[in-house]
Amino acid sequence: MNRCSEDELPDETSEVSRDEMEMTRREFVVASTVVSASVAMGWSPEAAAEEVRRGDPAAAAKMVPISISINKQQRKLTVDTRTSLLDLLREHLDLTGSKKGCDHGQCGACTVLLDGRRVNSCLTLAVAAQGAEVTTIEGLGTPENLSAAQSAFLEHDGFQCGYCTPGQICSATAVVEEARRGDLSTVSFATGQTTKPPITDDEIRERMSGNICRCGAYPNIVAAVRELTARSANGGAA
Amino acid sequence: MRAGAAEGAKFLGGGTNLVDLMKDGVERPSALVDINHIGLDKVEASAGGARIGALVKNSDLANHPDIVANYPLLSFALLSGASPQLRNMATTGGNLMQRTRCYYFMDMAFPACNKRAPGSGCGAIDGFNRIHAILGQTDEGAKSAHTCIATNPSDMNVAMVALGAQVEVRGPKGKRTIPVVDFHRLPGKTPEVDTNLRPGELIVGVTLPAARFAKHSWYLKARDRQSYAFALVSVAAGLEMDGDTIKSAGLALGGVAHKPWRSREAEEALAGKPANEESFRRAADAALAGAHGYKDNAFKVELAKQCVVRALTQAAKGVAA
Repeated sequence: MNRCSEDELPDETSEVSRDEMEMTRREFVVASTVVSASVAMGWSPEAAAEEVRRGDPAAAAKMVPISISINKQQRKLTVDTRTSLLDLLREHLDLTGSKKGCDHGQCGACTVLLDGRRVNSCLTLAVAAQGAEVTTIEGLGTPENLSAAQSAFLEHDGFQCGYCTPGQICSATAVVEEARRGDLSTVSFATGQTTKPPITDDEIRERMSGNICRCGAYPNIVAAVRELTARSANGGAA
Repeated sequence: MRAGAAEGAKFLGGGTNLVDLMKDGVERPSALVDINHIGLDKVEASAGGARIGALVKNSDLANHPDIVANYPLLSFALLSGASPQLRNMATTGGNLMQRTRCYYFMDMAFPACNKRAPGSGCGAIDGFNRIHAILGQTDEGAKSAHTCIATNPSDMNVAMVALGAQVEVRGPKGKRTIPVVDFHRLPGKTPEVDTNLRPGELIVGVTLPAARFAKHSWYLKARDRQSYAFALVSVAAGLEMDGDTIKSAGLALGGVAHKPWRSREAEEALAGKPANEESFRRAADAALAGAHGYKDNAFKVELAKQCVVRALTQAAKGVAA
């Protein structure tokens, strides 16, 4: 599906301007080469069926090599462009800690840290995570050496069935970092606390709202996050 | 750009809406062009305004010190939308391009949707239309190819309209600028077309004019859940004050129309008036004068009026940014 033929393209893809609110014509062309390097095929059941009917199932899937760091381990993989980061983790790398809840970015069970920021891995295409550093629940701590967030969830019984827990813990880990650097939420504006807002329970509920818990362990999840953010605010390790 | 301009191709920003819709077959792009490595990720502020790169993430924009200080209305609106995870992914350009959350558009099980399948009719007009439009909709009956009462779901767009923002686009014919208020369309006779972006054009940024409402603005979002839900009605209100008198106002509503709805009538009703409840009620009546509700969303007309009054009241009190 790469509609740019090779001879149309200059080869110096590394020269892309990073701050080009004003793109020159040449930069535009260069930019488009990077773009074309990561062209992903869309889902088209009809087109895929047509490829299969013509006896070339491999042609229906466009495979692309990617390099990605997962839990501090550099991986070189070849992935179908349609693969979500979540499916890459679970189905290809057996990192089944990240969970598939809704697969539509609504429940947060798939939350992972991408370059330190929490994202929904179900809506992240693996090819779009090329070059990124991914941290999953498996990379936060070990059974012998739990992360602060993992310990806090255990201590406060911040779960029941546990299915949403890896996403909750990844999210809580990010909440601590976001609070440390003074990130705001809608609660900060509603309460007029727009400079380094104190992390009240209302702030915690709002900041954790992207993670649904069907068992309803919310009071204990809030307690766990309260301990984490309070410890961080007092200068302790998160 | 050429790849993105190909027929049926789409640019990929954060993917929070596009990838989601692709999973259900609502969107079927022939190719996705990932533009996340081309820059366009800076916010540049000056006394005369601000420029926001199209690929600035919603969370970064909302927390940018210059935006918080000079355009708190925009930060407030951005942080009212989606979840922290989604805001870390979603981009400025992508937010402008997000599609409606009309159930009949998003669910392939419903055959009738003029937006998804042009000419198929509208499932919402006689269906469950609690979240749907009360202003600017096209209603020629369920079977008409023109009928559409979908709403634009964005919070960011509502604030940008109230702030008088402009969209910068680049395309095969060069660069042009479109006010955000004219960027999104009403359904008219072509409900399948959301925006006035032309084929092959790419949003490269958004510009904000010099800040008028830094001291007096408010974003009010009424929804079925306190957090992580789309608006039933939202209001972005900005007031430029001269003592106790309103010098000028910016007022836009979300969740009520196919586009973020700027009410020039309300803005004009407020200019030169004292900032009190009577002025705010007049503005609310002016904003909703042409509203028309349906079976499940008639409540939105009164809700929107109350929200306008409350948002203006809060804006007049001032924000502690």
